[in-house]
Amino acid sequence: MTEAPALDDIRRLLRCMLRIRRFEERVAARYPEQQMRTPVHLCIGQEAVAAGVCLALGQEDVVCSTHRSHGHYLAKGGSMPALAAELYGRSTGCASGRGGSMHVIDVAAGVAGTSAIVGGGIPLAVGMALAFALRREPRVAVAFLGDGAADEGVFFESLGLASLRRLPVLFVIENNGFATASPLANRRRCPELHRLAEPHGIPGEGLDGNDALAVLDAARRAVDRARRGEGPTVLEAVTCRWKGHVGPQPDTARPAAELAAWMARCPIAQLCQRLPEGTSGELAAMEQAVAEEIDDAFAVALASPYPDPATLLDEVW
Amino acid sequence: MPWTHLFAAGPAQPASTPSDAGRQLTYRQALLEAQRQALAADAAVVVMGEGVDDAAGSFGTTLGLQEQFGADRVFDLPLAENGCMGLALGAALAGLRPIVVHLRADFLLLALDQLANHAAKWRYMFHARQTAPLVVRCVVGRGWGSAAQHSQPLHGVLMQFPGLKVALPATPHDAKGLLLAAIADAGPVVLLEHRWLYDDLGPVPEAVYGVPLGRAAVRRKGKDVTIAAVSLMVREALAAAEILTRTGVSAEVLDLRTVAPMDTAALVASVAKTGRLVLADTGHLRGGWAAEAAAVAAEQCLSCLKAPVARVGLPDAPTPASPVLEAAYYPGPEAIVQAVEQVVRS
Ligand SMILES: Cc1ncc(C[n+]2csc(CCOP(=O)(O)OP(=O)(O)O)c2C)c(N)n1
Repeated sequence: MTEAPALDDIRRLLRCMLRIRRFEERVAARYPEQQMRTPVHLCIGQEAVAAGVCLALGQEDVVCSTHRSHGHYLAKGGSMPALAAELYGRSTGCASGRGGSMHVIDVAAGVAGTSAIVGGGIPLAVGMALAFALRREPRVAVAFLGDGAADEGVFFESLGLASLRRLPVLFVIENNGFATASPLANRRRCPELHRLAEPHGIPGEGLDGNDALAVLDAARRAVDRARRGEGPTVLEAVTCRWKGHVGPQPDTARPAAELAAWMARCPIAQLCQRLPEGTSGELAAMEQAVAEEIDDAFAVALASPYPDPATLLDEVW
Repeated sequence: MPWTHLFAAGPAQPASTPSDAGRQLTYRQALLEAQRQALAADAAVVVMGEGVDDAAGSFGTTLGLQEQFGADRVFDLPLAENGCMGLALGAALAGLRPIVVHLRADFLLLALDQLANHAAKWRYMFHARQTAPLVVRCVVGRGWGSAAQHSQPLHGVLMQFPGLKVALPATPHDAKGLLLAAIADAGPVVLLEHRWLYDDLGPVPEAVYGVPLGRAAVRRKGKDVTIAAVSLMVREALAAAEILTRTGVSAEVLDLRTVAPMDTAALVASVAKTGRLVLADTGHLRGGWAAEAAAVAAEQCLSCLKAPVARVGLPDAPTPASPVLEAAYYPGPEAIVQAVEQVVRS
């Protein structure tokens, strides 16, 4: 980046990442109580991607997330109490308790319903972009996907459709190097996922996914292009998840030394260093506010009723 | 092909040898042993699927296979389900006997084109000039908020494709025997393994044996009512039958084991004896296996029926996540007992 980053951006990114990190840490801490009966795929370590991309978006823009959805949901402005309630299977959950962690939604905030079929959400983002384009609305759709989802045929079909119609869509690949415990090298010869955009004539860019400012900068450029009618962009953010594929335990798929090296490059700690001197009090205040917000969200969730079993067959037909 | 010959004329269920008569394995160990024996017996057998080589080893059912047989025969695949199914089908057409592993049956829907439009039709469409000896192992999930996309049983859908055999082992013995029979079969065969059966312990002979595809088993003899069931519902039906003894009802429990082809003769024979039929399915009721079995009863033994057929299965809704809704969604032994009582009373 050529210009110095705006202090306001740094603050907002930090606050966003802290909300995600601390929320998920709370989920991990309370998971053993066995009251959140839903498989949780935590994104701790990857917060910079959700934060950077979503700060480049407006409320009217939409994101399509994955099984690893909490970060995208919170960064896009999804309601935290409704997320907590969804994890606890309560009627006040963002999907009324029907979806659980893998199927979050907050339409008002621009979080489209989330698919837990790997790659399932990618063409939905393209379709939403089609609707925006046909109605001449200056809105953008984002498909978040993992490196595993980039294996799926539907990803390539979606790239083709988006480029053919020059649709306002961002494909954001969070390349954390693993699909469950399967390393990228088991699954493809060419590890540079952003280059998969090339044959479709789509610009592709590889990024340090732990640098929230770099992600924000790239996302802003891509969103501008999309709003100008210049079509889709592929962003590949290389990052690392610290927790196991599913559940609250630390990751064991990645060699321990490699995981430690990534943890030393914590996206939050790195961005804290970009705060000007003498702002440590500000960070503490931010932490305090985030902790209170999470306390409240969990309290609201746990005080909420379960869905009425009599509603089991509602909204089928 | 040695593997095929092993079963072509083999006995239906070879008795366990005296030395291993008391041998017990879990369902998951039985699946692992079947694959290990198949890999050892026939160089054409290969095991492929997302994560088959990782530390979790497909819920323990592929653990150690890559170490033992090498990465040419047991290997990880990308998340490209339809391509991978076509890859396996092509390999089968060229002489391999692939076993494809899906950790959830739901992911099979992405591969339905290669499985249903291609594999299921190949043998018939070309009048057996090529066959597709392909086995697809799928785990059916349930509970802990598995929710709508990680819990679909799918046999009701899959049995709609003529040419595709669909087996649902309900015991460790059958997990091994049906898998071995599937590997030996001209295929394609889908094995739907219920996740809740994985820790069930039962007698499993060490010998190589096949449980024939398309043959049911009577799990408990009875005279008042037939409870015909598949997969986890066999276990639930046995529990229900036990509860029913308290009220003096003697229930016969029939495990269909494969739904395509279906052992209609065994179903009809049992109903002819008991005069009453309750169907217990892990799948959806509408248009599913239980609907087909009820139609068979109506066509072939209506005159034996002393009461209308009753069905127990999943309601007409996708799977919800909340534990409260899950509890309302899945029928258990109590629902079977109720259905039996209704049938016996009428
Ligand atoms: C079609 C399909 N295949 C397999 C799975 C099982 N599964 C769930 S998440 C996952 C790994 C996905 O990896 P990636 O896309 O890189 O996302 P990450 O988990 O790293 O965030 C797999 C294999 C699934 N949910 N859907």
